[in-house]
Amino acid sequence: MSPLSTLTPPTVKKPSPARSRIRGGARYAPTLATLGLFIAMFAVGAGMYPSFLSGQVFLNLFIDNTFLIVLAVGMTFVILTGGIDLSVGAVVALSMMVSATLLQHGWNPAAVIILVLLIGGGLGLLMGLIIQYFDIQPFIVTLAGMFLARGLCYVISLDSIPVTDEFFTNMAQAQIPLPGDLFVSPGVLLALAIVAIAFFVLHHTRFGRTVYAIGGNEHSAMLMGLAVTRTKILVYALSGLCSAIAGILFSFYSLSGYSLAAQGMELDAIAAVVIGGTLLTGGTGYVLGSVVGVLVLGIVQTFIAYDGTLSSWWTKIVIGGLLLVFILLQRLFARRA
Amino acid sequence: MNEIVPVVEMTDIAIGFPGVKALDGVDFRLFQGEVHALMGENGAGKSTLIKALTGVYTIDSGTITVLGAPQQFSTPAESQAAGISTVYQEVNLCTNLTVEENVLLGREPRRRGTIDWKGVRSRTREVLAELHLGHVDPGSLLSSHSIAVQQLIAIARSVEINAKVLILDEPTSSLDADEVNQLFRVIRDLRDRGVAILFVSHFLEQVYEISDRMTVLRNGKLVGEYMTRDLSRMELISRMIGKDMEALAELDHAPARTRAGSAAGLPPFLETSGLGRKGSVSNVDLSIYPGEVVGLAGLLGAGRTEIARLIFGADRADEGSLKIKGDSQKLRSPRTAIDKRIGFCSEDRKEEGLIGDLSVRDNLVLAMQASKGWARRIPRRVQDELVAEYIATLDIRPANPDALIRNLSGGNQQKVLLARWLVTSPELLILDEPTRGIDIGAKTQIQKLVNKLADEGMSILFISSELEEVLRLSDRIAVIKDRAMVAEIKNDDVSVEDVMTVIAGGAQ
Repeated sequence: MSPLSTLTPPTVKKPSPARSRIRGGARYAPTLATLGLFIAMFAVGAGMYPSFLSGQVFLNLFIDNTFLIVLAVGMTFVILTGGIDLSVGAVVALSMMVSATLLQHGWNPAAVIILVLLIGGGLGLLMGLIIQYFDIQPFIVTLAGMFLARGLCYVISLDSIPVTDEFFTNMAQAQIPLPGDLFVSPGVLLALAIVAIAFFVLHHTRFGRTVYAIGGNEHSAMLMGLAVTRTKILVYALSGLCSAIAGILFSFYSLSGYSLAAQGMELDAIAAVVIGGTLLTGGTGYVLGSVVGVLVLGIVQTFIAYDGTLSSWWTKIVIGGLLLVFILLQRLFARRA
Repeated sequence: MNEIVPVVEMTDIAIGFPGVKALDGVDFRLFQGEVHALMGENGAGKSTLIKALTGVYTIDSGTITVLGAPQQFSTPAESQAAGISTVYQEVNLCTNLTVEENVLLGREPRRRGTIDWKGVRSRTREVLAELHLGHVDPGSLLSSHSIAVQQLIAIARSVEINAKVLILDEPTSSLDADEVNQLFRVIRDLRDRGVAILFVSHFLEQVYEISDRMTVLRNGKLVGEYMTRDLSRMELISRMIGKDMEALAELDHAPARTRAGSAAGLPPFLETSGLGRKGSVSNVDLSIYPGEVVGLAGLLGAGRTEIARLIFGADRADEGSLKIKGDSQKLRSPRTAIDKRIGFCSEDRKEEGLIGDLSVRDNLVLAMQASKGWARRIPRRVQDELVAEYIATLDIRPANPDALIRNLSGGNQQKVLLARWLVTSPELLILDEPTRGIDIGAKTQIQKLVNKLADEGMSILFISSELEEVLRLSDRIAVIKDRAMVAEIKNDDVSVEDVMTVIAGGAQ
């Protein structure tokens, strides 16, 4: 047992600083690839349709997808911890139904919004508590949450409920002018503010770094004495809150509540996050990547709208293809590293 | 070591798991400025004691006192808050984050609630410099560093919180001699600064080199506390295994056995020529006769495991040929290899071998059931007999067929894994590091078993980092260097130095 005869390599390869810098760069590679794809698609669009190359087309990607951006932000937190939240689409629909019904009964819009946020956050919190304390897979808990929220929509009403409240209609029609004859909706500013807050939280607070640590190795994070329990629960509460905000943004956009709204939107959010470069296993990814992921989904839809002859189902097919390509790319990157 | 108040005092500690009494009435004391070794065989309760002290397990009874204050730890965070810091065998850091984050995660300097990244960087540099790790870039990803450096970074994390107690659980098991020296220098530095260090290792020489005092456990019970200088190695070992040294001595002086296979002119069970795989290993010319033990000697990472995987079909060979009993074969998958009666005890028993949530019985039966096909269930009576037989032959502890694998110690898990393959009665058994990280008692048992199996006519390919062990057991030794087989030595009076010479310079 003398140390001499214990055969281990005499020298351990210590990566040179240059090499580790390259590896450091590889961290951003999936997100940069998505950004490159987005720019390429925009360029192709501009080549095919002259009117494509306009600032407003770009801004419309945000205007038409505010709710998806907010959902993707919440989903990014969840996926970074290695979890998943399937309930977000149903919570969006529930938020729309609750606000449409209450507004119809003459509630104050501010009170409605606060209540909806509490419901969304509360549902998320509940799911987080169940996931953590009963040690159940997030997949199944949030699936149950999805059925619950969707079911509650039908309890409220089977029919579409129009929203006629003045504040909501104002928000739907409001345009914030930008230089160069461009405009955005107030929802875009809200969504971008949420993205900025999320970026800050993820990269500059202990909570955010704990999210990454849990995704990297939950057991290690626990042994390092990090607040694993609290963080995991909060992440689902946060996703629920984001779903509620997205529901309100979607109400601004559609001015109605309908039980069947936002069907499958949770999958769009997951797709955006993954295309944006976040690993489904957790620990790696950026919230800005998720925003680019949403833009990529948006531009696919814009393409189909411009073409005019293609069925909108082509959006799904293209997104499916992209998702596959990106997951394969991530696998390749992971092998190299 | 005057009778000052211990930094840590654990009294009458008991912890039990379903089917296992892991600790029973154990006392333990740790003083300031000492390196204290916790000794015992696998399954003696070392890991459990550490986990009790670090809040991973909650104790069933007993008291823990840290710096005079009674403590009731139920999470690692509470234990850390009391000044106890642990570096585990498998480095428990996050490889997806940077070095500086791993050092400071959860304790980052903050300004108005936000992390002060400049402060993080400079604090990390300070701590790394203290540990002679100035060359490590704090901004690099942890995954870009070797295990040895990662381990030192884990220690840096403990140094950063000014830990009063540092627990090192098998810190040297994957380090080379230089790295061990570097680690020991750091340990001595910390000891001289007054840190109480609890050191757990299977390397006796290292324990004697670094520790001042030791506590010996056996079967979850306390054997005693001794000053290292007062306890000879022989005394220590006999206290650890609870019997005299005859068993060990017997094996060391075992006469070189004459092995039947090649002598009797039987064809080799396995013969490879030029076997290789792109990007893995090349030029493997091996032949293994029935009843013969062939050892693979080479540095860690030289390609030993890769060869084993080729022969087992876990990786597909793309050059050379492989013959089993004289017939050319292409092993496309482990399935095919198992059909040809090849067994492979993998190096990583947790990841590749055993199913932790199943019982000893289930794990044993699994392999046999798989080879019989699922349709024909093995009757419970036959199962019981088999399991009882293997538990007895291999001395699996606890001798409880229904104990869950994950509650067993490393050495006993290894025995179950071995038993799982033996149940299928293979003709060639590949053993990849079967004795790594297990105690001397279990090690001796496994070595004896290898001898016995070979005597019974089984071919064995034996892989180990411990050269003495390879020399002791093998009839022939294949030397692996830089991912190719470079020499084959017949093992008569070969010394460790001879093999080292071949590895060091023999290739060209």
